[in-house]
Amino acid sequence: MLVATVIIIIRMEKLMSAVLMTSFFSLIVSSIFMVLDAVDVAFTEAAVGAGVSTIFFLAAIAIVGRVSKPTQRKKQILPLAIVLCTGAVLMYATFDMPRFGSPDAPAQQHVVPRYLNESMAEVGPPNIVTSVLASYRGYDTLGEVGVVFTAFIGVFLLLGAGTRKSGIERTANPVAGVESMRQSIVLREVSDLVIAPVLIFALYVQWHGDFGPGGGFQAGVIFASGIILYALIYGIVPAQKLIPPRKLAYLPAVGLLLYAAVGVYGMLMGANFLDYDAVAHDPLHGQHYGILIIELGVGITVAAVMINIFFSFSERSL
Amino acid sequence: MIYQLPAIVLLLTLLAAPICSMIRNGDIAWKLAVIAAWLSVAASMALMHQVWGGNEISYHMGGWPPPWGIEVRIDELSALVLILVTLFGSLVITVLRESLRTAMRSHRHSLYYTTFLLCMASLIGITITGDAFNVFVFLEISSLSTYALIARGRDRRALTAAFRYLIMGTIGATFILIAIGFMYMVTGTLNMADLAVRLPEHADNRVVQASFAFFIVGIALKIAIFPLHYWLPNAYTYAPKATTAFLAATATKVSLYVMIRFIFDVYGVEFSFKQMHIDALLLPLSVAGIFIASLIAVFQSDVKRLLAWSSVAQLGYMSLGIAMVNVAGLTATVTHMFNHAMIKAGLFLCLAAMIYRLNSSHIKDLAGIGRSMPLTTGAFAVLGAGLVGIPLTAGFVSKWYLINAALENGWVILAVMLIISSLMAVAYIGKIIDVAYFKPAPAQHKDVKEVATSILIPCWIFALLTIYFGIDTRLTAGVAGRVAETLLGVGL
Amino acid sequence: MIAGLFNYWVVIILMMAGLYIVMSSRHLVKKIIGLNVFQTSVFLLFISMGKISGGTAPIIADGFTAYSNPLTHVLILTAIVVGVATTALGLAITVRIYEAYDTVDEDDIAEMDIENENKETAVSTVVAKNT
Repeated sequence: MLVATVIIIIRMEKLMSAVLMTSFFSLIVSSIFMVLDAVDVAFTEAAVGAGVSTIFFLAAIAIVGRVSKPTQRKKQILPLAIVLCTGAVLMYATFDMPRFGSPDAPAQQHVVPRYLNESMAEVGPPNIVTSVLASYRGYDTLGEVGVVFTAFIGVFLLLGAGTRKSGIERTANPVAGVESMRQSIVLREVSDLVIAPVLIFALYVQWHGDFGPGGGFQAGVIFASGIILYALIYGIVPAQKLIPPRKLAYLPAVGLLLYAAVGVYGMLMGANFLDYDAVAHDPLHGQHYGILIIELGVGITVAAVMINIFFSFSERSL
Repeated sequence: MIYQLPAIVLLLTLLAAPICSMIRNGDIAWKLAVIAAWLSVAASMALMHQVWGGNEISYHMGGWPPPWGIEVRIDELSALVLILVTLFGSLVITVLRESLRTAMRSHRHSLYYTTFLLCMASLIGITITGDAFNVFVFLEISSLSTYALIARGRDRRALTAAFRYLIMGTIGATFILIAIGFMYMVTGTLNMADLAVRLPEHADNRVVQASFAFFIVGIALKIAIFPLHYWLPNAYTYAPKATTAFLAATATKVSLYVMIRFIFDVYGVEFSFKQMHIDALLLPLSVAGIFIASLIAVFQSDVKRLLAWSSVAQLGYMSLGIAMVNVAGLTATVTHMFNHAMIKAGLFLCLAAMIYRLNSSHIKDLAGIGRSMPLTTGAFAVLGAGLVGIPLTAGFVSKWYLINAALENGWVILAVMLIISSLMAVAYIGKIIDVAYFKPAPAQHKDVKEVATSILIPCWIFALLTIYFGIDTRLTAGVAGRVAETLLGVGL
Repeated sequence: MIAGLFNYWVVIILMMAGLYIVMSSRHLVKKIIGLNVFQTSVFLLFISMGKISGGTAPIIADGFTAYSNPLTHVLILTAIVVGVATTALGLAITVRIYEAYDTVDEDDIAEMDIENENKETAVSTVVAKNT
């Protein structure tokens, strides 16, 4: 199924369908993640791969046009050779790999048992992914927020933000064919019904990350999709009235600083950077508050960045 | 305070970046960026002071001991690279305001400083980290910010150069991710020191061998080792003027540092050279890279592109040093990494000053500039001498070690080839100097004046440092020698 | 034996297909699509590595003893974010390229660049003759 989807993407010359197939591909992959017990990852992949990045693709295609030329035959040989070589190396490696699903594989030994056995006592949340993400490897997650922030600054630097004076009613919409969407009563009614629950769900995911799958990142993406949906149906202008782009542009930095501030506070209290034990009197409480705050930072940055990037793209297509 | 230094050195620039993005006024943002950058120089000097003589610092992020948490690890090699990144980055950021004034509308300035700071912070992050996956994360921040910086070039070809770099860079990064995944699959750990202990048991495992191959290809894409240099010349040529100086000095050097770290420390000398024979691959490629790139440089008529090709050739010297597998060779690599970063940054900065006045980097337009801009051209000439490797300049020191290393292995032909390749550098640098001093200035450039002092000072700092490190080699070759001995496991 | 590795093989085929799209397409947006497919397949590799037969999602609850590897999940969460960040920036550059060149086909852009360079050298020789 997956392989078939990918082959279709290769053959596809209409970009619109290629993008939709990619989205479909992500959705299948995320269900496979689900089957492989990676609930958090599945959640994120569905929200990001099938959701937000598809929207970015569509917004970009609306600007650059939809058709790609077929590749000439002779130009396919070199890439094919490189790909086959790389594939051969990978295949060669698989024969020494631990068997799929084996509990004795080295990957399951050494480091991981401590996360599984001690994290409840050391960090607190039953969702081990959250403990590892926010505490054991919190520094990586800070870097991850940094990546998102960098992407935002980059897009901002290249395209400019949606900071043009709003108020003039614009006619076109980012995604071709959306124009008719605004008139469609059904869409409007349904989206009215959907958007509010989506935003509330985002908040639920944000605070529930300790216990179930979820956390700041997923929540941010979901929140952003809610706003983007609103912008698609009602147009950019009302959406920008709702969230003024000038203020929105500050938020990614706020999220990143909030995250780092927790770490710096720990340093001021005499512990290492990002050591939440020192945030409150009792280490376990400290961990709890620390994780809550940094997840909030992640959520703010991610949501603001996604909405910002979407606004930037749509401003360009007008 | 001292204890927290490893975190502080990163946080200074990493925190200054978001604050900068919130300041709309470009001038204030610039001041903040400059202060943060120079403070990080001080922090890295202090760290160097602490590890001087072969000490190591280990700092546990989040208070979790490795391999469970992420460890920050600083030894002399990383401290040297830290100084390289922060010092040269700060020098460039100091002139950035002057250089941006004409290039961009003022409300974009603070964003540009933000991107610059992010790039610096991530390079610092890569240098200090002791965790394989963390390398990947910071590598991506640095890549993304670099793409954005390059794409801001004035020519539209900057955009295609940035896009090409983005595609190549992302493939490289994903290869590195695959390599890290394979390592983890076999050992169950991500900490680099821990990997170094656990990998040798699995040396015969094909997964480890494949991970090595993927890692080398991935990082070689980032370093732009010949023949994977495809993205570099255009990226350097079309990137904004002063930014090229920063990128040429730091980005590829830090990737090279990662390569050294993994080849020697993580995979280990035994595995990399005795079993995978990486030297047999690197040696011919480096030599070919040096010659082909130098030859192309000789025939360039755009000075910026000429210097970019020369960078490809100089990277060849560095990978050659690794391929020698002896102390002198590795000393040469590390010394040259530092020296070349300094020299090339200086050259690009001087060139940026010239372009600032001439609005062109074509060699014909540089005619007579030695008389109209004597100070800038003087610095350029000193740095050019360093690039060629004239005695009493920094470039000489690294080439001296490299030739020694070749002789030590009994490769006389290689030593001769190295001297010939230096003559090629004389050819392309001489071409510029010749035009600058001995050709009459064209009519439209008659009234060209010297640039502002704020640009001249950093140019001359680079030039004077080139001479200084040609005479006092304690910081460069001294540290490099000790590092090489530790990495190769001799003299312990 | 075969059953234990089949999963990895499918992942490898997907990875290579993605890489092929990146290298063979001339359309810039399609290249980014290829990168996406390539990266997503690598994520699948990591997650496959962390699976334990009979295990469950790594959320501690009574009645379960075997959990899948939380560490690979964390790594991939980070990697997904990195992926979407790269995609966004790549698309932004593509949009700018389209505005500057009026096309996003790699061959057309290369042609225009060469034309441009020829023109530049032509101009500078004219200037040189005049002086």
